[in-house]
Amino acid sequence: MTTVSLTVNGQSVTADVDPRTLLVQFLRENLRLTGTHVGCDTSQCGACVVHLNGQAVKACTVLAVQADASVVTTIEGLAQGGELHPMQAAFREHHGLQCGYCTPGMIMAAVDMVNRKGSNLDEQTIRAELEGNLCRCTGYHNIVKAVAAGAQAMVQNPVRQAAE
Amino acid sequence: MTATGIGAPVRRKEDQRFVTGQGRYVDDFNRPGQAYAYFLRSPHAHAAIRSIDTGPALVMPGVLAVFTGDDLAADKIGGLICGWMIHSKDGSPMKAGPHPALAQDKVRYVGDHVAVVIAETLAQAKDAAEAIVVDYDVLPAVVETAEAQNSSVQVHDVSSDNTVFNWHLGDKDATDAAFAQAKHVTKIDLVNNRLVPNPIEPRAALGEYDPGTDNYTLYTTSQNPHVARLVLSAFIGVAPEHKLRVIAPDVGGGFGSKIFIYAEETVCVWAAKKVKRPVKWTSDRTEAFLSDAHGRDHVTRAELATDDSGKILGLRVHTIANLGAYLSTFSSSVPTYLYAPLLSGQYDIPAIYCEVDGVYTNTAPVDAYRGAGRPEATFVVERLVEKTARELGQDPAEFRRRNYITQFPHQTPVIMAYDTGDYAASLDKALELADFANFSERKRDSARRGRLRGIGFSSYIEACGIAPSQAVGSLGAGVGLWESAEVRVNPTGSVEVLTGSHSHGQGHETTFAQLVSDRLGIPIDQVSIVHGDTDKVQFGMGTYGSRSGAVGMSAIAKALDKVIAKGKKVAAHVLEAAEGDIEFKDGKFGVAGTDRALGFGEVALQAYIAHKFSGQDLEPGLKEGAFYDPTNFTFPAGVHICEVEIDPDTGVTTIERWTAVDDFGVIINPMIVEGQVHGGIAQGVGQALLEGAVYDQSGQLVTASFNDYCMPRAADLPSFQVDVTVTPCPSNPLGIKGCGEAGAIAAPPAVINAITDALGHEDISMPATPQAVWRAVRKAHMPMAAE
Repeated sequence: MTTVSLTVNGQSVTADVDPRTLLVQFLRENLRLTGTHVGCDTSQCGACVVHLNGQAVKACTVLAVQADASVVTTIEGLAQGGELHPMQAAFREHHGLQCGYCTPGMIMAAVDMVNRKGSNLDEQTIRAELEGNLCRCTGYHNIVKAVAAGAQAMVQNPVRQAAE
Repeated sequence: MTATGIGAPVRRKEDQRFVTGQGRYVDDFNRPGQAYAYFLRSPHAHAAIRSIDTGPALVMPGVLAVFTGDDLAADKIGGLICGWMIHSKDGSPMKAGPHPALAQDKVRYVGDHVAVVIAETLAQAKDAAEAIVVDYDVLPAVVETAEAQNSSVQVHDVSSDNTVFNWHLGDKDATDAAFAQAKHVTKIDLVNNRLVPNPIEPRAALGEYDPGTDNYTLYTTSQNPHVARLVLSAFIGVAPEHKLRVIAPDVGGGFGSKIFIYAEETVCVWAAKKVKRPVKWTSDRTEAFLSDAHGRDHVTRAELATDDSGKILGLRVHTIANLGAYLSTFSSSVPTYLYAPLLSGQYDIPAIYCEVDGVYTNTAPVDAYRGAGRPEATFVVERLVEKTARELGQDPAEFRRRNYITQFPHQTPVIMAYDTGDYAASLDKALELADFANFSERKRDSARRGRLRGIGFSSYIEACGIAPSQAVGSLGAGVGLWESAEVRVNPTGSVEVLTGSHSHGQGHETTFAQLVSDRLGIPIDQVSIVHGDTDKVQFGMGTYGSRSGAVGMSAIAKALDKVIAKGKKVAAHVLEAAEGDIEFKDGKFGVAGTDRALGFGEVALQAYIAHKFSGQDLEPGLKEGAFYDPTNFTFPAGVHICEVEIDPDTGVTTIERWTAVDDFGVIINPMIVEGQVHGGIAQGVGQALLEGAVYDQSGQLVTASFNDYCMPRAADLPSFQVDVTVTPCPSNPLGIKGCGEAGAIAAPPAVINAITDALGHEDISMPATPQAVWRAVRKAHMPMAAE
């Protein structure tokens, strides 16, 4: 077993883990943060995207021990003070989700996209940038709309992202 | 229309939990003392099992138990079942081979279940599974659909030529006569490619047993928890029905693949009692590719007969349908009664004859996948109609229009009685929205840039609901296809609706609440929709076949009518008026012609305190249930137009425009309906351009991950132009037809018709990958290069 210490959604956590434990397993099974999902075993689907030190990563591709001393934000940590993050609100407003399973990863990837690319995202950019995230329900039409609207709203309503 | 009533684009109530990571899917549940199951699966497509030595696994760290098919048999656990009996032409019943949850004697596909390890952790279970020694006598495999009946390989003892059934529908003599007098016959050979459903949430099961009460609980990724409970108890025999609670919580997409009752949930419930611990299994994606029921996989030859004016005279179809290694829960109905009755399309076809051979192969079982039989039928009809129009030199849109059914009701030669529709209205609207008038200009513009542009139509019809129980019973179904609802009004006037439908992305918590809000005149946040738990909800049939609006909501509407009728009786006592004088309007029970009225909440309270009426004359309380059995299929229909541009140098097909005009009857929430259409189109485009499950000759699934099986991604798809026409469905109280599968049904022929239009020839199969299209371009434009 190996000891890891990191900050998750603003809380310090320390745990002994089997060295082969993936970050996504650590989040789901040790911390019971089940909003981060697992949809594949080849890092293709993006359901497990979280932010590691402010950048989107697929939590199935990171060992928990690699996240030692890092700052992690999951979907549960995105909303602040009981208010939805603008990207969360945009997914709801634009019906950018159906079954909800890919949604946490989509939203975390979308926030990262805005952080990297700015708020004026055209359709082509959004579609290209979503290449790491699969959705089987929506046909992406409303996800694209939601990301564009969420990006604009993030500028108009800048929110502090916890500990990032 | 109120802001939250029928027709309003209400934002979904369920989304708050989904966008914040608070959804609760099966794998999110963990029970005290939980152990983990891992299934050892067959690495061979076809092999006899000489022996299984579990000894080395049993001594591995953390292992609680290892079970094989012999252990299930010793406990008299039955095999998995197929719930729809199909009879062959000669009247003989289909040949159903045994389907044990854990293999006995033989394995029949790669991924077949050989043994299960139960251990303290998943990693320990996986490690131990590797230590099990299985002595296989590897046999040759049969994989190809078209070769199954001529193969020397025999998948099941019950069928010497791997034929499950030779089934037919329609009038052979009348169809032969129609072809005899035809001026033109168009022939087509089609392969409907095998697909893997791939909801992003993999299947999962968590079984639990309480020895104190002798109660079992199963958390499972199911579209129909009551049907799962019925099959697990009455047929498989893992637990008595009244002792088994099945919970299907938030479910991350289904698309058909979560209808069926699989080996894994059977074993988890049974094993929980054996090891006296909760037992959890969660599929990984590779297991999902190997063992979720696949979809489609047809090989078809079809012919369309026309007269000299282009009027369709007859249709003849022969299909071989691959059912895989075992008959999955509803597999036999998909290429038969969910397929051939749709072969009339939107067209007035006097004579139709269809033969279907269902066959076994050493591949994963095939069952319903979004559309289930109707996409296959639509692909046959719409490819054939398009090809016929081209051969006759007629405009494909106008050829369709000339053959549209225009009088309703319309009895087709293949069972269906279409109740209503206006196919030309959808075509007209679609042509306008697609700017068809200027297509040739766009085609010239593409040509100037060295690109090939094509346009393709799909004028589809489907059947939803699914149908009256009596009707499906006469066709071989083992179940009825009604739906149930209970409306519980609380003393404070809030309402719980318990529905037998199940929501796994469709947004029932919102749309069903809209209906209640509309009918009772109460705010939508005063309504809770309860589903997915057999301990809470009365028996129900679940969600598939686009049935939850047309059938599920009709049951709720019926129960609401009873609530209002009871409320009138209560109000009459309180208002001291005759029951016949009470009107219910805008959420108030009032005395006609006066201003005396009670709000809905006041009547609810009076119903429960029962101070104003004798409990002997009128029962206290306000809670009503209903079972709604449909009186017909519903018939959503529409026109989709796909416009593509092909880069001849790379073979890449780009969808430039997508226009969909659908008639779903009355729409409860247009935002949700549009979302369903988008998702359906995406899956249909996936089938047409990207997706295909491929087995090699030895029966290895070579497309068993998202690396190898090409799922549609955001950049593969355009934004869609979606609109509707409305002819209300006359056969249910709400006028709803259903929308969940339309896109997946309409899309594949629209895409392929567009590509073949661009190519100028018909020789392309699904999926039309860049490589396939590049070769087809060479064939069209550089005949020498294709050699």
